[in-house]
Amino acid sequence: METILAVVIGVLYATGIYMMLRRSLVKLIIGLSLLSNGANLLIFTVGRLTRARAPFVPEGADALQPPYADPLPQALILTAIVISFGVLGFVVVLFHRAYQTVGTDDLDEMKATDT
Amino acid sequence: MRPVLPILIPLMTAVAALLAWRWRGVQRGVSLLGAVALLVAALILLASVWRDGIQVVQIGSWPAPFGITVVVDLFSAIMVALAGLMGLAVAVYSLGSMDTAREEFGYYPLLHILLMGVCGAFLTGDLFNLYVWFEVMLMASFVLLVLGGERAQIEGAIKYVTLNLMSSALLLAAVGILYGLVGTLNMADLAQKLRSAHHPGLVTTLSMLFLVAFGIKAAVFPLFFWLPASYHTPPVAVSAIFAGLLTKVGVYALIRVFTLLFRHDVGYTHTLILILAGLTMITGVLGAVAQNEFRRILSFHIVSQIGYMIMGLGLFTPLALTGSVFYITHHIIVKTNLFLISGVVNRLCGTYELKNLGGLYQAHPGLAVLFMIPALSLAGLPPLSGFWAKLTLVQAGLETEQYVIVLVALAVGVLTLLSMLKIWTEAFWKPSTRNSQPSVNRRQLVHVFFPIIVLALLTVVIGLVVQPFFVLAERAADQLINPEAYIRAVLGGTS
Repeated sequence: METILAVVIGVLYATGIYMMLRRSLVKLIIGLSLLSNGANLLIFTVGRLTRARAPFVPEGADALQPPYADPLPQALILTAIVISFGVLGFVVVLFHRAYQTVGTDDLDEMKATDT
Repeated sequence: MRPVLPILIPLMTAVAALLAWRWRGVQRGVSLLGAVALLVAALILLASVWRDGIQVVQIGSWPAPFGITVVVDLFSAIMVALAGLMGLAVAVYSLGSMDTAREEFGYYPLLHILLMGVCGAFLTGDLFNLYVWFEVMLMASFVLLVLGGERAQIEGAIKYVTLNLMSSALLLAAVGILYGLVGTLNMADLAQKLRSAHHPGLVTTLSMLFLVAFGIKAAVFPLFFWLPASYHTPPVAVSAIFAGLLTKVGVYALIRVFTLLFRHDVGYTHTLILILAGLTMITGVLGAVAQNEFRRILSFHIVSQIGYMIMGLGLFTPLALTGSVFYITHHIIVKTNLFLISGVVNRLCGTYELKNLGGLYQAHPGLAVLFMIPALSLAGLPPLSGFWAKLTLVQAGLETEQYVIVLVALAVGVLTLLSMLKIWTEAFWKPSTRNSQPSVNRRQLVHVFFPIIVLALLTVVIGLVVQPFFVLAERAADQLINPEAYIRAVLGGTS
C-alpha cells in the first residue's frame, strides 16, 4: 500500500509542477491544487497506513500497542486541507480578476512588473 | 498570559475594525489604538523576558510535547517588539496616505491580521503551528497586495501568491516528513530527539527542504524572484510593512530551525547557507544598481540585505549570530523608513521614476536629511546603526577566517552606497524638471512625517548609543547558540 501511495504522491507532484510550468492561468491553479494534495497525501502516508486499528490504549496497558495508525498526521491534514481550500478559493478569484484586468490568461503577457 | 497578548491584541483590533466596517473614522481610531497597544504589550514582553528569562505558555494547559506551546526567548521578543514598532509606524502613516476606497474595503482589519500572523510566527514553539501562522500572514498579505485591483498589483500578486503557495506546500511536506521521522512537532522536543536521530543523512535532506521552503519566504538567492516583481506594486504603506516584516519572518524561521533543530552537521548545512548568503548579497545589490525606479531599487536592496542576515547564521559563532540579530533590528527600521520616504517623494512629485524626479533637496531640505539618515545607515556608514551591524558581521567573519564572505560583504556595502547615492543625485540633487507643485494637505503630512522622523531618530540613537542594543543582541544570540535553556523552559526540568 505504501508503494502505491508513494507512486501516487510522486505523480501528483510531477503533474502539479508540470502544470505550473505551463503558460495558462487555469493550469497554474490546477498545478497548485495538485501540489497541495500531494503534500497532504504525503503526510497521510508518513503517519503509517494501518487498517482497522483504532489508536486506543487497550485496557490494562499504559501505552499504544503497535501496529496502529498515528491519528495526529490526519489531524494535521485536516488543518492543511482547510487552509489550502481557503487559499485556493482566493487564488481562483484573483486569477479570474487577473484575466478580466489583463484580458488574457497567458502568463507570458503578464510581465509588466518584472525586472 | 503575557506572551499571548501580541497575538490577541491584533486579533481583537481586527475584529473591532471589522465590526465598524461602515464607519471609516472608527476603523482608523481602532487601528491606531490597537497598534499602540501591540507595541506596549511587545515592549513589556521584551522587558520581562530580559528580566526573567525565556517565557512559556502551554495553550489549553496541555503539557509540552502534546499541546501547542508559545515560547518567547529574547530573539522572539525582539522580533515581536520590532513588529509592534513597524505596525504602529505604518498604522500612523496609513492615516495620512491610504486612499478612502482602500480604507473602506478593509485595509485596517487586514493590516492587523497581518501583524497577528507575524507575531504568531515569532512566538510559536511548534513547527506545524508555525506553518499555520505563515498561512495567516500570507493570506492577509495576499489581500493587502491586491487591494485596489490595479493591473500592476494583480500581475505582481500572481507571482507572489504562486511562489509563496509553492513554499507553503514544501514546508508542509517537510513538517510532515519530520513528524514521521521523529514523532513530535514541538520544537524543543524535536531539538532533543534530533540529537539522537538514527538517520543523520535523512535529517540533512529534510533540513534542505526547510531551507528551500523558508528560503523562498526569506527571498534568498536563487529563490527571490517574486520579491522585486511584487513589492513595488501596492500602496507604499503596504510595501513598507511587507519590506519591514514579511521576509524577516522567513529569516527568523531559518535562524530558528538552523540553530535549534538542524545543528548536527554544521559543516555542511551552515557552509551552504554561507554560500547562499554571499550570492544573495551580490545578486541583490547588482539588481538594485541596474534599476531606475525608487521602490524597485529598495526592493532589490531587501534581497541583498537578507544575505547579511543569514551570513551570521552561516558563520554560526556567538558573535556572528549577534551580528545577525543586530542586523535584522537595524534593517527592519531602516528599510521600512526608506519605503515610507519613497511614498512621500511620490506624494510630492507624483512618480517613483528617478529620471522624472529632481530638485527635492532645494524644495524640501528636511526630507533630504531624513532620506540621508536611513540611506547611509543601509550602506553602513558610521556612526549609524548599519555600520555597527556590518562591523559585527565582518568581525565575526574575520574571526572564523572566512575572508571571501567578508570581502563580499564589504564590496556589497560599497555598491549599496553607490545605489543610494544614485537615488540621492537623481531625486534630491538634480535640478527639478517640473514646474507645477502638487497640492499637499498639511494635516495628512503630520501623519506621514511623524513615523519617518521617529524611525530616523531611532536609527541615529542605535548608532550613537550602541551598547545596550548590542548587549541585547548578544544575549539573544547566546540563547540561540546554547538552546538548552530554551529546551528546558519548554519541557520542564526533564532534559
